[in-house]
Amino acid sequence: MKNTMNKSRPLYLDNAATTRCDPRVVEVMLPYLTEAYGNSGSRNHAFGWEAEEAVEKSREQAAALIGANAKEIIFTSGATESNNLAIKGAANMYAKKPEGQTGRGHIITALHEHKAVLDPCKRLQKEGFDVTFLQPPADGVITVDMVAKEIRPDTILVSIMWANNEIGTINEIPAIGKLCHDKEIIFHTDGTQWVGKMPTDVERDNIDLLSWSSHKIYGPKGVGALYVRRRKPRVRLEAIVDGGGQERGMRSGTLNISGIAGFGKACELCQHEMQSEGERLLKFRNRLETELAKAIEVTQVNGNASKRLPNITNISFGFVEGESLLMGIKDIACSSGSACTSASLEPSYVLKSLGVGDELAHSSLRLSMSRWTTDKEIDYTIASITKAVLHLRKMSPLYDLFKEGVDISKIQWQTH
Amino acid sequence: MAYSDKVIEHYQNPHNVGSFGSSKEVQARKDVGVGIVGAPECGDVMQLHIQVSDAGVIQDAKFKCFGCGSAIASSSLATEWIKGKTVDQALAIKNTEIVEELSLPPVKIHCSVLAEDSIRAAIEDWKKKNGHATAVDAHAAHAH
Ligand SMILES: Cc1ncc(COP(=O)(O)O)c(C=O)c1O
Ligand code: FES
Repeated sequence: MKNTMNKSRPLYLDNAATTRCDPRVVEVMLPYLTEAYGNSGSRNHAFGWEAEEAVEKSREQAAALIGANAKEIIFTSGATESNNLAIKGAANMYAKKPEGQTGRGHIITALHEHKAVLDPCKRLQKEGFDVTFLQPPADGVITVDMVAKEIRPDTILVSIMWANNEIGTINEIPAIGKLCHDKEIIFHTDGTQWVGKMPTDVERDNIDLLSWSSHKIYGPKGVGALYVRRRKPRVRLEAIVDGGGQERGMRSGTLNISGIAGFGKACELCQHEMQSEGERLLKFRNRLETELAKAIEVTQVNGNASKRLPNITNISFGFVEGESLLMGIKDIACSSGSACTSASLEPSYVLKSLGVGDELAHSSLRLSMSRWTTDKEIDYTIASITKAVLHLRKMSPLYDLFKEGVDISKIQWQTH
Repeated sequence: MAYSDKVIEHYQNPHNVGSFGSSKEVQARKDVGVGIVGAPECGDVMQLHIQVSDAGVIQDAKFKCFGCGSAIASSSLATEWIKGKTVDQALAIKNTEIVEELSLPPVKIHCSVLAEDSIRAAIEDWKKKNGHATAVDAHAAHAH
């Protein structure tokens, strides 16, 4: 372990997967591991009070980041848990029929959501709920009209992510929220990639339930939050984890004090820095996209051109397989939608759902930046990717066919 | 996943990359066998061109590959191994030998299978062009 930590590390452009914990965050966390190690549930001594104070401060910081009231924040172990609590908790609370029956209510979500939304929805499907999985259009943006078309009298919940984790596309959230409020349907959004990067106001944006995670916004791993609206409407959830009744009974278990303290600080830093950070990263993103397209023919940026986060880009380099491309840029840590990189040997289901051809899905790279990404790193990345793609195209039979003018999609391949 | 040194070496300096002409040109050449296996949708396409003497000796081989690093290394290695062999000797090469030579992990075994398949396909193509009995014919004969 020590050994790998000391090796020279690759340049990190996989910030949509997770971010480095900001040293200013770590500093806030440390005392809660070493000295102020109390349990916030201990009401009768200073150790407990100290811990509780830290938790409540973080709750204020988290609430401030999204324009909520501190009472509306539930701390969890991360966005996966927040999504599970929001979706299962709301479905079971607002179910039209009791457990064991069918026709318990209708839920709308989309095919390119994170698995932490899709899988809870699939479980609910088995438990008697009807779920509509919206097919995203080619640009990946779910519009309010797409949702409106699927709403039925028995629709109880809509869950549409704010921004997509693979392609960074932004869905029509304030409008979808407004539609849900007008129809009195609970609206949940997975804001894991959005919150902390883009201005958020749960009032203005019409959100009832909002999930986000600490480790995507320069906080520690294993912490996150769920915003649960308290008025207009007051949203109620059926708890998943029962026990000591912490977090107003919605999430039992001793709180992760140091993690929560760090998460709060991370929220506060994002609130102050997101604007300048976003402007800087948008320039980097645009530079990556235009310069790579200039240097390499047949590249494609996946997802809507403008409705996209500033820190993520997803680019397909035709005729080159993603894992071999990653191998060619070994000193840059990033990810690919290629099947060869996944345990399932299936290419990215997100890109597939957009109708990006399988071949281009295999050829995709996701580069995601952070507050520490530098100009120099972007230069280096453009040069490395260009070099690797050209190296691989010299070996690519598909590139030859393209050069010969053969339409690859018309060839009868022997699939196996 | 960590790659073996041999895979990295083949990736960086692949042996025998290339072709003996465009798809049309090689189709017309009787001394060249062409094997293309895999499919772009699966994320792997391997193309092997072999140049074979009248006596059935593989004199030269060139590959192109759209696939992961292990697939590239497998095809690069395959071209090395079949050069100078008779077609029958080349047909005896098993994917497991490639797996062993390159220390491929279990998830990458299919990349070596692809290399074996491309050898078979190229030899079959050459045999067909030259009126030799192919594996398919032998198979058909068997069924009668
Ligand atoms: C959109 C989205 N939702 C949910 C998650 C899961 O978050 P966590 O790792 O905090 O459980 C992620 C991160 O992988 C994500 O990108
Ligand atoms: S070609 Fe896909 S894993 Fe090797």
